[in-house]
Parts: sequence; structure tokens; C-alpha cells
Amino acid sequence: MGYISAQNVTFAYENNEGEEKNEVLHGVSLDIKKGEFVALLGHNGSGKSTLAKHFNAMLLPCGGKVYVDGLDTMDEALKIEIRRRVGLVLQNPDNQLVASIVEEDVAFGPENLGIAPPEIRKRVDDALKAVEMYDYRLSAPYKLSGGQKQRIAIAGIIAMEPDCIVLDEPTAMLDPRGRDEVLHTIHKLNNENGITIVLITHYMDEAVGADRVVVMDEGKVLTQGTPREVFSQVELLKEHELDVPQATELAWRLRKEGYDLPECVLNSDECVAALEHLLNR
Amino acid sequence: MARDITLGQYIPGHSLIHRMDPRVKIALTFVFIVFIFVASNFEGLLIMVALMFAILLMSGVPLKQYFKSLKAILFIVIFTGVLNLFYGSGHVIWQWKVMQITDGGICNALFVSIRIVSLILYSSVLTFTTSPTDLTDALERIMKPLKALHVKVHEIAMMMTIALRFVPTLLEETDKIMNAQKARGADLESGGVTQRIHAMIPILIPLFVSSFRRAYDLAMAMECRCYHGGEGRTKMKQLHMTNLDGAAIACTAIFCAAVIFCAAKFPAALHELR
Repeated sequence: MGYISAQNVTFAYENNEGEEKNEVLHGVSLDIKKGEFVALLGHNGSGKSTLAKHFNAMLLPCGGKVYVDGLDTMDEALKIEIRRRVGLVLQNPDNQLVASIVEEDVAFGPENLGIAPPEIRKRVDDALKAVEMYDYRLSAPYKLSGGQKQRIAIAGIIAMEPDCIVLDEPTAMLDPRGRDEVLHTIHKLNNENGITIVLITHYMDEAVGADRVVVMDEGKVLTQGTPREVFSQVELLKEHELDVPQATELAWRLRKEGYDLPECVLNSDECVAALEHLLNR
Repeated sequence: MARDITLGQYIPGHSLIHRMDPRVKIALTFVFIVFIFVASNFEGLLIMVALMFAILLMSGVPLKQYFKSLKAILFIVIFTGVLNLFYGSGHVIWQWKVMQITDGGICNALFVSIRIVSLILYSSVLTFTTSPTDLTDALERIMKPLKALHVKVHEIAMMMTIALRFVPTLLEETDKIMNAQKARGADLESGGVTQRIHAMIPILIPLFVSSFRRAYDLAMAMECRCYHGGEGRTKMKQLHMTNLDGAAIACTAIFCAAVIFCAAKFPAALHELR
């Protein structure tokens, strides 16, 4: 069993009358290992965000089980323990900051956990340094850019010293520069601090850097594997109206036209190298 | 788009007044306000005004700022001052039909005006030198004993913190919505009062809808960060009383004693209505 283990999870949102149910997850099983970087892909309505909210007991499965570090999310008494271990970062950076001073916002999580004040101070400083926002510790959040705010939100999670961070489309509302900042931060946390990352996104290019890519469609896992394994199945992804990274798409189309290119090209560097090789022959 | 919004009236600084414990500042401000009314004659009031000027100078906040805060209440000062002119006994200085100004009335007007001005200046010192977060923090701690009376102290403080946090966000949002509606041909500037109020509806409705969405998101984010009410919560920033606060309290006590002494020794300044 992985660090996070979803076992045959089904989930349905109740509608307003509380009767009719709209099932969004139909038996999802997924294991996430400690220290892994998993990208969860899928278009709107595929159930990827719903699944993510099961990872820290924000939502509870209607059927099946979710275990975090061996703890059952259905157990009400373990809720706080689970949320301390698995942090969730949301899409809109503006709506998840609580305090009007950066360092006080980062302190919010540890304060809730009842940690001693000197220890909180240390954790806040460390967390802000980890996301490279230490110099802004006394600023007001509304004066920061979207990317900076999202990094503060990540710092607020790190200060709780979690084992895993789940990010629900953290870059969807950011400009390209903010997106790069956030991705850089996430990768750094994964590499240097060994924090398990689950990145939910619909930007295929963001998924290329992950250890494993899981593609969701209509409440089920469509396919999963290393980015190379997943993105070589261009036809399957296209069938389900999903994109592949641009470089992959270009190489795939050229291959279809009969050019001799490698099976799967993941990023622009690989693509350039392959094309150069082809042209120089 | 993002305008520079001053939250509250806080003016950052490192003066002695800035460095005081916010709890002590709130308590002393309360004491000052009470003693402005305990001072019943010019001698006592003079002491309070002298103390006030000393504090204003110590706060390191430009005096211009204090004048600005007075400007807002200038009308009230003049209004009450003029009213008081006509209430008082003593030698008649000026008379027109039933209206008359006496030397006692002038005295009253002066006295009341000084009281109001000191009241405002004393409370300005508090808001100028204490950040809104420190204020809510201190209030939470001062009100803690009320928990025994089932007052939701932590919740009130949390709501104040969140409200302060979202003021600039919502202002920015209002700006955006107004521009969006203007771009669609909404006329917000012309017409009478009723028309203008009508024109606000297409701005307020989207603002409300988005506020509820924000509230939903924020509640989820707070839960994700293990928020479960005030039980077992700690605070990163601890408030400490230092020698500075002790000195301030002692100083205040001496001045207050002087005011009480004056009140007992000298006759009251306010002249009763005949």
C-alpha cells in the first residue's frame, strides 16, 4: 500500500434536493508512493479535483476506502492528523490567505495545530525561505503578484510540515511567469525536501516533469505511467479529447506523415534534437 | 488597478509609542478618555492636553496626520462650540433679542471644544501607532475573560481578521466589476439619487455572488489548514509587557492623580445654565 491509497473509490455529489445523485467517481484505485511526484490530468468534469479532495478527508468516499499513511479518512477522529500530513493548495490564491500580513498567514496552520510559539516562528521562517518569499514576510498579500500569493499559500502548507502536498490546478489563474515560479517551487520541494507532490493540472506541459502521470476521464483512471509512456499514446488521449504537450504533438504528426522521428518526444529540447538529427542526415 | 489602500489608519514606525504592548495602549487610551471627563476645570484639562502633546510628539507620526483626523470632526467641534456659547451665566457680553453670549458661555464653548479635540487626538494616537492586526489581537486577549459569559471571543477576532484581510480584495473586485459594467454601457455617474442607487444593483449583485464563492473557498482552505475553532490554538506572536509599558502606566497614573487633585482643589469650569 502506498502513502496515499485510494481503493475502489466511488463518490457522488448530492443535488439541492438531496435525493438525485450525480456520480463523479466510479471506482478509482490509485496508490501514491512517498516522495513521488504525480501529475493528475484530465479535462473539466473528469473527477480529478474530486479525487484530490479525498486525499485529505475534505470529501469522504461513498464507496471504497482512502488511506493516508495507513489512516482511514472515514475516521472523524483522525481528520486533523490526516490534514496535517496532506496539505491542499487551491486554485485561487486570493481566496486561501487568511491574514493581512504574509508571515501571520503562514503561521495560521501551525497555530491551529497548537504548536509552541518559538517553534512556529522557526517553521514560518523556514517555510518562507523554502518558497523564496522570506523578504516579503511583512508585506500585505494584496500587494503581491498571483505567483507570489500562490507561493505564500504553499508556504502556509509547508509550515505544517506535511509529507505530501496536493495542488489543485495551482497555476490556472496565473500568468506564465507566475506559473514558472510555482512549478519551480513545487519541483524544489519534491527534490530537496522529499515532499510527495500530487499536481492536478490541465496543462500537459506541466505534467512532463512528473515521475508519474495519471490520466482521468469520466470518473475513472484512463491510463497511467511515466510521462513518456502516457504521452506516447497520442491516439488514446486524442480520442478522449485530451491534449498532449505541443512538442509531442508536432513530432507525432510528422511521424504520421512518414518522417523518421522517435516514438515519443516530450519537450521542445528533445523535439529540436530529433528534428536536427533528421535534417542533417 | 490595485490602489494603495491604507487599512485603518496605521502609520508604521518605531517610536516608543509604536513599541508599546497594544493591550496597554488600548487600556491607557480608555483611561485617558475617562480622565478627559474627570477633569472638570481648565487646570485639570491643561494637564491632560500637556500629556497629550507629549504623546503626540513621542509617537513620531507627522503632526499633519493629526490635523487631518481633526478636519473630519471640525464641524462637530464648531457646532457644539457655538451651541455652548449661548448656554452659560455671567456677564452679558452680546445680546440680540432672546439670544445672549456671556463670559460663562465663552468659557463653556472653549472647554467643551478642547475636550472633543483631545478625545479625538488621544484615540488617533492609538489607531496611528497600532496595526489593525495588533489591535484585533489585543482585543481578543483583553476580551478573553468574557469567554466565561459565553461570548465567542475567538470567533469575533477571527472575523475581524478576515474582514480586514478582504477589504482590499473586495475593493479591487468592485473596481473590476464597475469597469466591466461600464464597458457594457452601464451609466453609473449621471441621474438623480434613485437612478444612481438603481445603477448600483448590477455592481452589488456580482460582488455578493463572488463574495460567497470566496467565502466557500476560504472556509475550505482554512479547514485544509487544520482550523477547528479557538480550542487548543496557539499564537506565533506573543504579547509581552516590557519596562516601557510599566513606565507608561506609572506616568499615566501620576498625571491622573494630578487631574483628580485639580478637580478637588479648583472650582468646576462649566457654568450651569441659569
